[in-house]
Amino acid sequence: MSKESALQRVKFYQTGTHTVGNRLMDEDSRTVQASMDRSNAITSGHRACQGCGEALGARYALDAAMRAAKGQLVAVNATGCLEVFTTPYPETSWQIPWLHSLFGNAPAVATGVAAAMRRKGRNDVKVVAQGGDGGTTDIGFGCLSGMFERNDDVLYICYDNEAYMNTGVQRSSATPPTARTATTPALGDAPGNVFGTGKNLPLIAMAHNIPYVATASVADLHDLEAKITTAMDISGSRYIHIMVPCPLGWGSAPHDTIRLARLAVESGLFPLFEAEHGEVTQSNKIRRKVPVEEYLRPQRRFAHLFRKGHEDTERLAALQRMADVNIKRFNLLTERESP
Amino acid sequence: MSKQLPFAITLDPGTSLANETGSWRTERPIYVDRLPPCNNACPAGENIQQWLFHAESGDYKEAWQVLMEDNPLPGIMGRVCYHPCEDTCNRAELDEAVGIHAIERFLGRTAWEKKWKPKFDAKKSGKRVLVVGAGPSGLSAAYHLTRLGHDVTIREAGPMAGGMMRFGIPTYRLPRDVLDYEVQRILDMGVELELNTKVEDIEAAFEKDRFDAVFVAVGAHLAKRIDIPGYAAGKILDAVSVLRDMETGVEPPQLGRRVVIYGGGNTAMDVARTVKRLGVRESMIVYRRSRKEMPAHDFEATEAEEEGVMIHWLRTIKEIDETSFKVEKMQIDKDGRPQPTGEFETIEADTLILALGQDVDTTFLEKVPGVEIARDGVMNVNNQMMTGRDGLFAGGDMVPAERTVTVAVGHGKKAARHIDAWLRGARYERPEKHEIVGFSELNTWYYTDAPKTEQPQLDLVRRQTGFEEVLQGLTEDNALYEARRCLSCGNCFECDNCYGICPDNAVIKLGPGKRFEFNYDYCKGCGMCAAECPCGAITMEPEAV
Repeated sequence: MSKESALQRVKFYQTGTHTVGNRLMDEDSRTVQASMDRSNAITSGHRACQGCGEALGARYALDAAMRAAKGQLVAVNATGCLEVFTTPYPETSWQIPWLHSLFGNAPAVATGVAAAMRRKGRNDVKVVAQGGDGGTTDIGFGCLSGMFERNDDVLYICYDNEAYMNTGVQRSSATPPTARTATTPALGDAPGNVFGTGKNLPLIAMAHNIPYVATASVADLHDLEAKITTAMDISGSRYIHIMVPCPLGWGSAPHDTIRLARLAVESGLFPLFEAEHGEVTQSNKIRRKVPVEEYLRPQRRFAHLFRKGHEDTERLAALQRMADVNIKRFNLLTERESP
Repeated sequence: MSKQLPFAITLDPGTSLANETGSWRTERPIYVDRLPPCNNACPAGENIQQWLFHAESGDYKEAWQVLMEDNPLPGIMGRVCYHPCEDTCNRAELDEAVGIHAIERFLGRTAWEKKWKPKFDAKKSGKRVLVVGAGPSGLSAAYHLTRLGHDVTIREAGPMAGGMMRFGIPTYRLPRDVLDYEVQRILDMGVELELNTKVEDIEAAFEKDRFDAVFVAVGAHLAKRIDIPGYAAGKILDAVSVLRDMETGVEPPQLGRRVVIYGGGNTAMDVARTVKRLGVRESMIVYRRSRKEMPAHDFEATEAEEEGVMIHWLRTIKEIDETSFKVEKMQIDKDGRPQPTGEFETIEADTLILALGQDVDTTFLEKVPGVEIARDGVMNVNNQMMTGRDGLFAGGDMVPAERTVTVAVGHGKKAARHIDAWLRGARYERPEKHEIVGFSELNTWYYTDAPKTEQPQLDLVRRQTGFEEVLQGLTEDNALYEARRCLSCGNCFECDNCYGICPDNAVIKLGPGKRFEFNYDYCKGCGMCAAECPCGAITMEPEAV
């Protein structure tokens, strides 16, 4: 039996599609990141912190978008970490056409770029807009909602690290309950960010009835790339929300970035799903379910929940309930594990 | 500056590559190769993980060639080895150990079907080596010495090659066509085999027959005996003779209807299962300690019981007559030794087979100057497997070690390396072992969940009545699947994780088979590559300050 046929016949590949590449699989089934000729949209020398989830998430997303657009891509950036650490004057880490204007107008600028390309007859050029959670859920929210409402031909990617990290870790409307930030200190009766606040932007995007909404994680590269590729194939407004852990703002070890992103998914706190025209079409099943505690404990922003002898069981239970609601709502368990 | 820059811009844009972020680093990642526990546990010193690596991609021929560098008997080994590799396999902590022996057996069969020959290209040394005994140790030594360029003659006292593989292991565990084929393949490499030739005079082999070195591996085949009152009353046999007669006798050994086998080792199990197949009414084992202390492997006792062998634990035989055996109950004391209780029972039985272990026949060596026989009748060798006589080496069951086929094959290889070095006036130094990689050093998230493939077993009725092989082999698909269950502990298998997950593009992919390099100009030392390496092939080391 030839080598090729052996590779294809047995549908079991040691690490399957969990790793970035896999010598036992077809080249086509490996990720863009596994290839030696990936675009490296953000090159070395950028100023992101050690273990930055956003630097990683942005390269994952844009390299996949570059492949899908056959290299004809313009990226627009909101103000934020990603913009700051990639472009300290006069240097740039971007190896693709890239544009930054203001904190709050990235969706509008991207709409303009798309219009200009259409006017010039450049239908081959695709437009991506990107921002952090602050630029997306707070400051750029009006422009983004407008972009969705007009169904402009832009893929908007939000890299969510759950606070304003670049300016010193201030709370955003994506900060989870109980998380300590500079503006939500772990003091008083309700330490950290309070329950009942914040926005769920993927659900808000779905409410605009745009053609495609998805969530993704740096812990699941195959899934992330597949979602980017799907989104790049659709015209109109598309939204992808990627969770990117931040060692600085979360108080976690730089080497734990991927692990934390994985635990967020496996606990149910960050569900991975896709939606088309407002309806959820698919959700990723949890592979090895963990209690939320396993995700929260390694992060110093949640340290006040785990004080020796004073474990905040009430708030931990409330966070667990959030995960359980997600698990039910997005159907995250396989039939075998469902109660 | 000649070019007109836009308003308020005074510098041309440059790349961030000017900023060498490697200077931030306090720890640096380093690629390492660690020793997988399977390789470490293999008594034959096989590079198991490496041959699995080739098997995983369907390159069975290369897998077999790598295997053959250490072990000339894969078809045999895949059947009779007690696979200590699987006992230490890290995958066991995830689900179940990789079925290494089953893949080895598959490679052995494939090599037979395709008539593959082992690759070797040593120059002839002109040296002649005599191997005494054609058991696993002798055959292995002959094979490795031939690969190293020496001329080898094996002298075997018995009528057939194979040693205990033929005269000790029943056919339902090792079909003889497999044994014959793999022995013949060694002989086909140019090894001389002289059967029915008992070596009585070692010095003559050096002086008269002009051998440059001699390796003795005559095994241990003298059955141990004990005194039991009423000795002559019943029929008493020993396990070694029963098993030997199965192979060489014209007719199977004469047994009664109720047979007791005395002992708790693998040989006792083999004999009990053999006599069961010969059609005795009852095959019983009497053993003085409990299941926990028995030297036999647990699965052998289980398989024996499945086939209807009755095991009487914690009993010693006190007296026998023609129809009944008087046994005494024992109990285990706090040191794990059996102590008599003074309570007696009677077992109806008419035949006793002693399976109490074997001794080495060392008489032909006692007169060799310098040779030391240890108190328990085995031969002393130094760390180069050489006896006190210069140029006389020994291995296998006759030197102090665990007595298994795999240990014997390992001795053969080890002795061959030392003999080769000695013949060249040098000394073989074993390369230093890498650090062993444990389960905690793996990131098992990345491996696909996959239960072990079970080898099909022969129907129970056929197991009780005939000598067909009990365990069946794997199909190609099953073997490939099983090989891919390997975690590649401690050695890079090019999953691209480090290359993919570096936020700083500081991992350079060198291409298939060439692995990766770190670009320390930009690596910030975050340690994500080490944390997310599935197989533990990256470590973080502090930077010199």
